[in-house]
Formats: sequence, structure tokens, C-alpha cells
Amino acid sequence: MADSVQHDAVINWISGPVLRATATTPLHMNEAVKVGQRALLGEVIRIDGDQAVIQVYEDTTGLKPGDPVSATGAPLSVKLGPGLLGNIFDGLLRPLNEQGRYVRPGISQNHNSKQYAFSPLIKQGDLATRGTLFGSVHRDDARLQRCMSPPNCDGRVVSIKPAGEYSDEETLCILDCGDDQVRELSMSHFWPVRQPRPVLRRLPIKGPLFTGQRILDSMFPIGCGSRAAMPGGFGTGKTVLQETLAKWCDADVIIYVGCGERGNEMASVLHDFPSLLDPRTGRPLMERTVIIANTSNMPVAAREASIYTAVTVGEYYRDMGLRVALMADSTSRWAEALREISGRLGELPGEGGYPAYLSSRQADFYERAAHVHSLSGNVGSLTIIGAVSPPSADFSEPVTTHTKRYVHCFWGLDASRAQARFYPAIHPLQSYSQDVEALSHFWSQNGHPNWARQRQRFLALLEDQARLERMARIIGKDALPPRQQHVLLCAELINEAFLRQSAFSETDRYCSAERQIAMMQIITRFIKLSENAIELGITLEAISALAVMRRLMRMGEEIGEDDLDKFDQLRAELDHSFTRLTRSEAEGHES
Amino acid sequence: MKADVYADGAATRLEGPLLFLKRTINVGLNEAVEVEDSSGRVRLGRVSAIDDDTLTIEVLEATAGLGLNDTRVRFLGEPLTFAVGPQMLGRVFDGVGRVIDEGPPVAAVKALRIDGLSINPAVRERPTDFIETGISTIDIMNSLVRGQKLPIFSGAGLPHDQLAIQIARQARLRHSDKQTTEQDAFAMVFVAIGVPYDAAENFRTAMEASGALEHTLLFLNLASDSSTQRLLCPRYALTAAEYLAFEEHKHVLVIMTDMTNYCEALREVSASHGEVPSRKGFPGYMYSDLATLYERAGSIKGVAGSLTQLPILTMPSDDITHPIPDLTGYITEGQIVLDRELDRADIYPPVKVLPCLSRLMKDGTGEGFTHKDHPDLANQLYAAYARAVHVRVLASVVGREGLTENDRLFLDFGDAFEKQFIHQQGGRTLEAGMEVGWQLLRMLPATELYRLNDQQIEDYISQDEETGETT
Repeated sequence: MADSVQHDAVINWISGPVLRATATTPLHMNEAVKVGQRALLGEVIRIDGDQAVIQVYEDTTGLKPGDPVSATGAPLSVKLGPGLLGNIFDGLLRPLNEQGRYVRPGISQNHNSKQYAFSPLIKQGDLATRGTLFGSVHRDDARLQRCMSPPNCDGRVVSIKPAGEYSDEETLCILDCGDDQVRELSMSHFWPVRQPRPVLRRLPIKGPLFTGQRILDSMFPIGCGSRAAMPGGFGTGKTVLQETLAKWCDADVIIYVGCGERGNEMASVLHDFPSLLDPRTGRPLMERTVIIANTSNMPVAAREASIYTAVTVGEYYRDMGLRVALMADSTSRWAEALREISGRLGELPGEGGYPAYLSSRQADFYERAAHVHSLSGNVGSLTIIGAVSPPSADFSEPVTTHTKRYVHCFWGLDASRAQARFYPAIHPLQSYSQDVEALSHFWSQNGHPNWARQRQRFLALLEDQARLERMARIIGKDALPPRQQHVLLCAELINEAFLRQSAFSETDRYCSAERQIAMMQIITRFIKLSENAIELGITLEAISALAVMRRLMRMGEEIGEDDLDKFDQLRAELDHSFTRLTRSEAEGHES
Repeated sequence: MKADVYADGAATRLEGPLLFLKRTINVGLNEAVEVEDSSGRVRLGRVSAIDDDTLTIEVLEATAGLGLNDTRVRFLGEPLTFAVGPQMLGRVFDGVGRVIDEGPPVAAVKALRIDGLSINPAVRERPTDFIETGISTIDIMNSLVRGQKLPIFSGAGLPHDQLAIQIARQARLRHSDKQTTEQDAFAMVFVAIGVPYDAAENFRTAMEASGALEHTLLFLNLASDSSTQRLLCPRYALTAAEYLAFEEHKHVLVIMTDMTNYCEALREVSASHGEVPSRKGFPGYMYSDLATLYERAGSIKGVAGSLTQLPILTMPSDDITHPIPDLTGYITEGQIVLDRELDRADIYPPVKVLPCLSRLMKDGTGEGFTHKDHPDLANQLYAAYARAVHVRVLASVVGREGLTENDRLFLDFGDAFEKQFIHQQGGRTLEAGMEVGWQLLRMLPATELYRLNDQQIEDYISQDEETGETT
């Protein structure tokens, strides 16, 4: 039995997921290897003479010194093909649907015999350069996908199969690459996870990734191909926000990675997504989603790889000319996996025990987010949104500080907001977005040329509120002059009516651009009217006692996407309330 | 399958719980061993590291009395397993799964690996069955559902044991039709990790008094037992719990106390391995290690039975940012936090509501689960109490007089909330708790209750103006 296993190295030392082997044939850096009789998947991470250090992506229980290691001759790769959408995979892209009740070591990558409907896009004699989309694949339960020639192959089409049903590994197209070299293409191809897929050129950020969340789109927007981080202590709503984004953002494909997170959350995603409909296409959200789940109790080395797997899948869809959003929850668990493996190797620890190369690994990851001209000539983008779980919610820890250097958008989650059940608990004064300028034209095109100014106004009010609250602690709120109390009222309105948005409310979980604009305009109007009223000597109590205040505070809940005209009514009511107020004030003066 | 392989006199070094051997035979990582000393006493152990010429054995009991020359190690050829069977209910075990209640041995039907296997996330069932615990701060504000892991973050001297016992006694499903058929399918696993004898004994007598002892398994790793064993105790217990839940189809509630002792033991053993320490000396893999315990909660599609965890940990110096509660909070689905100030004010259970959370609450409450207005009520109570606490900070500096009229109402609401809602004697049903909640909200002006819709205001808040409720 042992003879059937190819011997390229022999194990001589094991510690948790890391082992050392004496190589009999030369191994290469980052080469994938099969370890032991059960052929556990591993990767070479260090070579010293004939000694190779291998990290194993599965439970190493039962491995012995003397067990064989066989080389695969290729770097750690994943199979990219039409079967990905709508399914759930582990950190190495092995389908979990086909597993039993428990995840057992030694499972193999998928060799599914499923048939997909293929139709060719090119014909015999055509030149197929790298990245050419040579066919399309239609699945009833997923969006239309393309077949791509891998980014490393050029040639002239010798033959191509006619439209029909094929499995994802069947040869569909044969290329003559010159020099008597022939390449066979199928629907799927393998790509090494740690190697970014090449593109024609990178483009500047242009359009937004519209999320349907007011505090993001209107206050801290993110562009397509940009990257964002959301750090927050436990219980501040990172996961719910990630899920909300995965549900409602307007990307074509969502890659959702649960990296070292909870199994029950994955179950909840798997339960929710098939039944929710994409507001743009009306199709189930699951059809555009790939879920990669490496829960916290699954092997730690696979957690490290899952991030790269996910970003590779993201790039694959980007290369088809699609807008892809990748949600990584959480990148801190990935960093911890790096730390754990580094510790096992006895490497010199850096800050917080993390290896010194932590920041460059993070940079590698976030740099793979891009807005690009793909090799096929299409424009696509990959946006990365990473959750960060800082220990003790301390944003000065290494993972958060390094992440800050590489992201454009920073959405800091705040514990005190979360404790008041104010979600999304993004703190407006701790967050920023560098994409604001690039995206202001989006709002002008949608009929809101004053967006940038109103946004600035809102932020200024919130800033003032924080300052006044500090002051009120010393002198008492009652002692603040009316104009300052007015600032507090306006800031409360912005917070409660605009920034708060319940992910569980059917009406308010998604907010279209039109609705965001209407809400922003009406709040701006309130600020102006109430300001004038205060000038006229109307008391703040009178304003906050207005019946319309409650309508404003609850407009997100009460005015849904289907009755946007109610905003006009609300505005009329608002105007009317203030007219009445000023009139009765004037009459009061006269009498 | 078991291969009996002995190594005699191969020991080269003894250090704390670790025994180093010359590697004379081929054994696998994590395999179980029995270490026998000159007097024939057998200690359990496992292979924790292997290299070319040394085997490291982690001995799971005190190593006192072991010598290098006369120690005999027997290799069992497989990882540590636990022989489980349906007759385990009502029995008492030690930290490594040996019966210690002087009864007959348990008839085993299966030997399961104590490390368990990861449940495939794709076959997990989304937990939605609301459990009524009779504690309003949990039922209404941080609802527990079957298959959840909800820890209690406590401090030394706080009544967490009492609370856990109360929950264990009162917990029931809401739908009475389900309840009758499922009552006998209910089981409890109590895991004492490094606790004093009397704490474990208290639990046993409480269970006995409530007549639930025949549904209960006790695993006792007392404070005096070895720390390596402390690491295994919850694994043996969870293996039994998984067996009862997923093979015997019972609804199992696992109470583990005290996880802080577990983490301390983890640090101790890690240090003796000479591993690079991370925050506060705890090993860098503590998150992954804790996850292998906590993630064993859940329920599986198509399988009756569930495993719910209620771990208890005492926060060192009441510090919630300490690595133990911090990492636990990142793994579990929420937390219930106990507070010393409330305890001193004689409020029981002293649940500090604001930092509490139940992540799975959204799936098990509301229309069709509990009551259609339940989520909004919880939300409004949270918002109002958070404001009350905020106002309290202001008032502590400027005094009550410096507050606005509305803020004074919130201040009163906060005090009443603590005395009437958080504080409770005995159990309180969901309905009774909700009624207290609505009543408290009536202290506040209806215009400030933004989290309630107009219908709810009309149904619960304004009605009492006729009955003479003063606001």
C-alpha cells in the first residue's frame, strides 16, 4: 500500500499544523504537497538544505515521523470554474455541500461530474490571447458566466466544441500555441492562490460600490475596486454589517469569506441568501454569491490560505468583466493564523507576537483589490471589505494600524453605539473615506449636486455635538445657549433618522440613492427652518414638541422604497409646522 | 486495531507535566499513552510533539513519583477516546471521563475521539428555538436559542453559579405542545473545570432537589486536580454531550464553569512546552483552542437534538478587555455580563444590560417565535436605558438640576429599570417581563420613543392615560 505513495520527502518532526521533512527529491517554495497515507494537503513554506518545512491544511493527528510526503509539482492552486457560484467551500475551495456531517481530513478538490450548458463565443481559426472569453456557461441557478482562457496561454483556435452540455473539466477548445505546442481549454482552470492574476492595466476609482446603507453611501462611500476596513470589538456588529453589505451592495458577484468565525453564522447566511432577492435583478442573492467558510474550529493553516483563495476567486470573476465585492470576516483571524504558524516555526516575533512580515502580507492582500482593464478587454473590479477584530477593541494594535495604511475607507465601529443598539455602529467621527472626491459625480448624476456640501454640514454638526456634549458635562445641558442646544437637536436627528438603519427591518434594510437623497434633503431643510425659528426667538422645546419631529425621526421605517412621494408630503408637513410655529410666535408678540 | 506497544526506561527528562522519551518506536501525534510508574500506578497521557529522536508526552495527572528508569509507557496507537453510551445520564465522572460515583462502570456503545470533528458549516441548522430561561434580562433583551453558545462573564464573588443553576432549572421551550414530547429528551451536562469542591457539590444538590439529576451528567475537575487534565475535562464532557445530542437526539444544555481556570491551565501547559507567549502570557493559539470547545455547540440539519452551551468565566479583576473574556466574546454568540455595582445594590440577577448581547436573538424572536412586539420592545428598552446611563454620567457632575426636563425623566427611568426589570425574584415569564417593560416605558414621553411604531405606542404606551398613570 505504501508503495503506491510517491516518496519525495520523509517527515522527521511535527508540531501541530507544521512539520519538517527530509527531501529526497528537490521541493520548491510554496509547492503543494500530499502528506502521509491520507494524502493531507500541505504547502512548502521554508527550505533549508534537504530540510523542508511544510504547513498542513488539515488536522495532523496520527501523522508519524517516517510518513511519506509527495510533491505535486505545482504551487497551491484552486480550480476556478462554473460550479463556484451559489455554493459553499472550505478555505481551499473544496465543496462543503458534498461533505457529510463533519469535516474530515483528507478530502479532495472537487471532481464533479455536473454538466453545464456551454455555448462558444469564438470560432475555429480565431486568435485566442490570454484571458480571452471563449464561451459562456448558463446555469439556471446562477448568473451567466464566461469561460476564460487562463492568463498564461496564447494561440490560434484549432477546434472548439459546439453549444451543448459538458462537464467542467472536458476539453472544449484546443489552441495551437506555436512550436508544436497545443493547449486544451475547459470551462475551468487552475490558478495558484498566492499569485495575483495579471491584468492589462489598472484604472483609477470611478464609480461607487453602492451598498444601500446610508452611513456608507452618503457619508463614507466606497468606490468599486477600492478597499475598506471595519474594525470593532466583539458585539459591535461587524458580522451583521458584512452580511448586510453582501446582501444589498450592487456588485455582480459576492465572495463571502468566514475566516475563523462562527459556524452558526455561516448557517444563517446559507439560510438567508437563497430566500432574499437582489433588489436590482430580482434573482435570489445566492445566485451571485460564493461562500468560503473556514470556521474557527477548522484547521488554522487553511484559515491562512482561505483569504488568498477568496481573493483569487474574486479576481477570476473580475477578469470576466464583473464587479466583484469580497467580504472578509475577519482579517484578524487570518493574522492570528500567521502568528500561530510563525510561532511554531520559532520565528522572531514582532509587535504583539505577530511575525515581522505581517504588514507586507496585509499589503499583498489589499493590493489585489483593483478597478481594471482585464486581459479580455473588459472592465471589472474587485472591492475588498475586511473586518478587523482588534483585541480589547484597541485600534492601536498592529493588525488595525497596518490595515489603516492600506485601505481607502475606514469604518470604525463603536461599542457605546452598539450598546444602545444603534446600528450600524459606525462612529462618524472615527471613520473616513478617501473615495469621497472620486464619487461626488455619482450623486450629481443622480440629481443631488449639493451632496458634498450637505455631507460636510452633517459631519460638522456631529463634530460640534461631540464638543458640546463634553461642555454640557461641566456646565449642564440647560445652561447651553439655544443655538447650541439646537446643534444637539440637529445632531440627534442626523444620528437617529439618517445614520441609524436597522438591518433587520424589511423597509429600511436597503436604502436606494433616491431615498437617501430625499432623507438628506429633508434633514437639511429641517436644519435651516429650525435655525431660522431659533433666530426668531422660538424656544427649542417648542420645536422638539412638534408632531412632525417623530415623523422625521422614524422616516426610515415609515417611508419605504415604494412610496417615495411621501417625502413630499412630509416636507409639506414640515414647512407647515414651522409656518404655524412662527406665525403663532409673531401673534404672541403682537398680543 | 489497538496495538500494545511498550517503551521501558526510554524516559530522558521530566519537567512539570511533560515527559520526554527517546524515540525508539514510531507513534503518531496526539496518540494516547499510559504512563506506569514503579508501583504500577497508571497515568493517562498523550503524545504532544515528535521529532527525530525525542517524543514529548503530556502526562494528564500529577507527575509526582515518576522516575526516569522505572517508568513504563504504553502506546495505545490511537488518539484519546471516550467510551459513551445512553446510560451515562445521572452519573458523575472525573476530568478524564472515569466514573467516580462508586456506581458500576458505564456500558459503552461507542468510543469517540475527545477532540471531536468540526461540524460542517453547510449542514448546520440555523438555531431558532427560543428557550425561556425565566430571567427577563435574558429572555427579553438577550434571548437564548437552542444551539447557541452564550457565556456568562462574571467576576469573583458574583452569583454566577446561582444564576446558572436557576437557568438550568427554569429553562423550557415556549410551545407547550412541543414541551411535553421533548421534556424527556432533555439532558444537562455540568462541567466543573478547576472549581472548588463545594461549588460542584452545590450544583449537584440543586439538581437533585429539582429532580433533574437523572438527566444530568457531571464532570468534575476540581481545583486540586492537575492542569493538563483541566484541558481535557471540557473535551470529555463535550464528547458526551455531542453523543447525547446528535446520536441520542436529546436537547443538551452544557454548563461549563469556570473557563478562566481552563485558560490559566492552557497558559501553564504552553509555558512548560516553552512556546512563545502572546498577550498576557497566554499562548497565541488560545483563540483557536477555545474555538474548538465553543464551536461544538449547535444543531444539525435533519437531526433532532441540539447542543447549547452556557460557559461561565470570571473576568480577572473584572476586566472585560482581558484576553480570556475578549477572545471568548469573539467566538461565542453574545455574552451575559454580571456587574459588581448592581450586585452591591442588591439587584439580582446583577446583569449589566448594556454590554450584553445575544447574536442569535434576531432569529428566534418576534412574530411566530415569541411575540410580534418583542424585538421592538427590547430595542426601545436598550435605547432608553443607554440614554439613562448617559444622563446619569451628566448628572453626576452637574447634578439633577442641570438636566433638561426630559433627561430627568430618563434618569428616573434608569433607576426604575434596574429595580423593577433587572431585579426579579424567582422566575418571570416572557409575558410578565414584557409587561414590566411596557410599564417602565410609560414613564417616558411617547415622543421620545422612536424605536416603537405608532401602533405600539397606542397599544402599550398611551392607553394608561385613562387609568390615571402619571407621566
